[in-house]
Amino acid sequence: MKRRAVKPQALPDTSEWTFEAIERYHEEITRVANSYGLDTYPVQIEIITAEQMMDAYASVGMPVNYHHWSFGKHFLSTEKGYRRGQMGLAYEIVINSNPCIAYLMEENTLTMQALVIAHAAYGHNSFFKGNYLFRTWTNADAIIDYLLFARNFISQCEQRHGEAEVEFFLDSCHALMNLGVDRYRRPQKLSLAKEAMRQREREDYLQSQVNELWRTLPSAEVRPDRLHEKLFPPEPEENLLYFIEKHAPLLEPWQREIVRIIRKIAQYFFPQRQTQVMNEGWATFWHYTILNHLYDEGLLGDSFMLEFLQSHTNVVLQPSYNERWYNGINPYALGFAMWQDIKRICEHPTDEDRRWFPEIAGSNWLETFDFAMRNFKDESFIAQYLSPTVMRNFRMFAILDDDKQDKMKVSAIHDDSGYRRVREILSEQYNLGSREPNIQVWSVDLRGDRSITLRYQPYRRRPLADSADQVMKHFARLWGFTVRLESINDDGRVELLQETRTEKRHGHRIDEDA
Amino acid sequence: MVRIIDRRFDSKNKSAVNRQRFIRRFKKQIRRAVSDAIRDRSIRDLDNGEHISIPARDLSEPNFQHGHGGVREQVFSGNDQFSSGDLIGRPPGGGGGGKGSGKASKDGEGEDDFVFHLSREEFLDIFFDDLALPNLVRTQLARITDYKTQRAGHSADGSPANINIVRSMRGALGRRLALGSPFAARLRELQRELETVIANGGEDCIEADELREEIARLRAKIEAIPFIDSFDLRYNNRIKVPKPTTQAVMFCVMDVSGSMDEGKKATGKRFFMLLYLFLIRTYEHIDVVFIRHHTVAKEVDEEEFFHSRESGGTVVSSALELMESVIRERYSSGDWNIYGAQASDGDNWDNDSPICRDLLDKGILPWVQYFAYIEITPGEPQNLWREYEKLLGAHANFAMQRIDDPAQIYPVFRELFKKSLA
Repeated sequence: MKRRAVKPQALPDTSEWTFEAIERYHEEITRVANSYGLDTYPVQIEIITAEQMMDAYASVGMPVNYHHWSFGKHFLSTEKGYRRGQMGLAYEIVINSNPCIAYLMEENTLTMQALVIAHAAYGHNSFFKGNYLFRTWTNADAIIDYLLFARNFISQCEQRHGEAEVEFFLDSCHALMNLGVDRYRRPQKLSLAKEAMRQREREDYLQSQVNELWRTLPSAEVRPDRLHEKLFPPEPEENLLYFIEKHAPLLEPWQREIVRIIRKIAQYFFPQRQTQVMNEGWATFWHYTILNHLYDEGLLGDSFMLEFLQSHTNVVLQPSYNERWYNGINPYALGFAMWQDIKRICEHPTDEDRRWFPEIAGSNWLETFDFAMRNFKDESFIAQYLSPTVMRNFRMFAILDDDKQDKMKVSAIHDDSGYRRVREILSEQYNLGSREPNIQVWSVDLRGDRSITLRYQPYRRRPLADSADQVMKHFARLWGFTVRLESINDDGRVELLQETRTEKRHGHRIDEDA
Repeated sequence: MVRIIDRRFDSKNKSAVNRQRFIRRFKKQIRRAVSDAIRDRSIRDLDNGEHISIPARDLSEPNFQHGHGGVREQVFSGNDQFSSGDLIGRPPGGGGGGKGSGKASKDGEGEDDFVFHLSREEFLDIFFDDLALPNLVRTQLARITDYKTQRAGHSADGSPANINIVRSMRGALGRRLALGSPFAARLRELQRELETVIANGGEDCIEADELREEIARLRAKIEAIPFIDSFDLRYNNRIKVPKPTTQAVMFCVMDVSGSMDEGKKATGKRFFMLLYLFLIRTYEHIDVVFIRHHTVAKEVDEEEFFHSRESGGTVVSSALELMESVIRERYSSGDWNIYGAQASDGDNWDNDSPICRDLLDKGILPWVQYFAYIEITPGEPQNLWREYEKLLGAHANFAMQRIDDPAQIYPVFRELFKKSLA
């Protein structure tokens, strides 16, 4: 062990921040983070104003993005809420990029800046770098470049084809954004140079593929009775945008490229949607641990700690189900509690813990943490690590609401017979597969009217919301021919939910501004 | 190593483009909200933006979601009373606890409108979108009549009255320093030499004399640099800039006889208001003259104009006569852009209508930029309308329109003041 030559000096304890103070804090936080073995991307801290924070909000937190009215809408509503004091802005935004960009807001006090540095620049940052989902789906080195490419490409399209045309097209892509991700396939890495170089190539290639598929003259020897045997796609396709990019008959090459851009961006954000509890909990755990460590070393003053603990407590507050501000399980609270609890199980296991978690009870907590952070997402993380202690502390209970029954039923509570069930249900709640409707491309009528059929597989008899009609219109605009939505029920019965007929090639407008 | 970047002074309005796109996209809805807002405003209340609300469903961004129904099983926190197997009634409306998971309401019915604030500029821009008075272009060209002079830095030539002494002296000083400095340096050098020579060889040695001579020559050279040269002179520069006449007067003429009920007056008010809104964007200063009439005309203030009631017959010409005399007395200087707007139910004393036409034709229309007449009546055109119709061909700055309910105001306004920039 290296011994510190000088006894460290206490850190500045004012409420106003300065650049020097931020640098001092950052230095110490880095030192502590490294001592815990957090592996991170280099950090880039950017100081911004509240206004700029709202800008960042509006463009989903990214420093560059293409233009679209929906971002303007989000900006307006954020601005309204902020100006009226109905909501505070988030203290930080952190971008999964290399270097990892963390925004600090000018209005924050020095304490908050330190908290944000520990939370975002070390907590989230190390999660982005370590977690398997982020490693698989996102490429931190290239995302900013890719967004730049996307913005330039889309503004070129606007110049060439008109803003309105591009805007309507983007609307349609956005409507399908959640279904524009691969859940099982591994993605290719994004890179600006490669994208730009291969884009032309791809345009030509794609177009030729499509033409092949939609060759209008059938070969003579095809026998009509064989036609039904060949189903296209051979297997249902879960990534709707991918399917459109590759197979929609009438899209121009630039339109295919836009579909691809939206799909890539959706894929980039996909891991964040799947790791909310883990990621936020992880970052919260680390800001708490790092700042406490600094306090124990005597570097932080009491007033700093009081302010810090107050914000920290607000963040991890979990209201009860019958309180007015209850809004589901707070991911910060749950995540923080679980990570704290894992550490406790490693360090001071009880008999119950030994029974439930034989493999981690008494192990080195840093190693256990590293393993858990790298290899799980919310769903599996909860299924694996949610302990009876946490369930008791949260006083969790599960309610079964079956619309065929008159009453709702308490299916399990935090007791011996209920732990496993509660854990299972909570884990399922974070499963994107059941949280979002499962809709896949089922078939395309290749030889006939070129219509496409989507199939919805209801999860526990849940119907689709009415917005599906609108989405199908958008889908029809992208596909260019008749689109159909079927649902396949538990008993295998197929039912037609919706059909949007269209024959128009261009200018098919959905009543956007009706 | 950490990089800390101060972005606070970077471009601020990154979202400005997106904001504009939002406004353009929902122009139709926003425009509707704007014209609703007009109804509730006073004619001169234009310094504020407006809160615009748009039905949330119009600007939804749909995606596939689960609807209500089916089987749901969810974990909640804070159990205080339940045991496994308990049956609970559904809470009404999802309130209190039960099953609400913070999702928006079912089908958009209960959703709040999307409300945001439109700045004054955006408000007016939308309002006047593609709107301009027919003679506007002419007015704009014509109104560049006055010039005013204003300062524009300094120049190297000009009239002696405009010499800027401080500038000139500063230049002279600089020049003297610059031209004299080689001599001055040489001078100092010689003086030092002289001192050493004197120290070595005494006051009167030959070398000292030579040096003294040279010093005197240098002094003379330095003296010869002129104290001020014509080259140094700087003059205050003044340029003429065209000064637009930015004042207008707007005449609101309204019939308040018994046949004009409150509804018709309210319609008239909107009409005047719209004209005022337009004028205030074009002119810095606007006078508004309110003239109301039944059998006699009277100039009144806004309050009285819109709200007090009179009854009796109608002699429209009285109002036009009053308008003509007001123009002659107060607004005849040519600095004023004159606009007239008349609202009436068209009811007039029969013999009076031809007089009105004559008054307009000779006494008013030659002086005004634009005169608009609206007849607020659900029925057949009245005699005043028929007389006025005869003016249409002869005067390009005259327009008339019939409306019968408030909903027609906006279209009528657009029709009246449609762009005619040919």
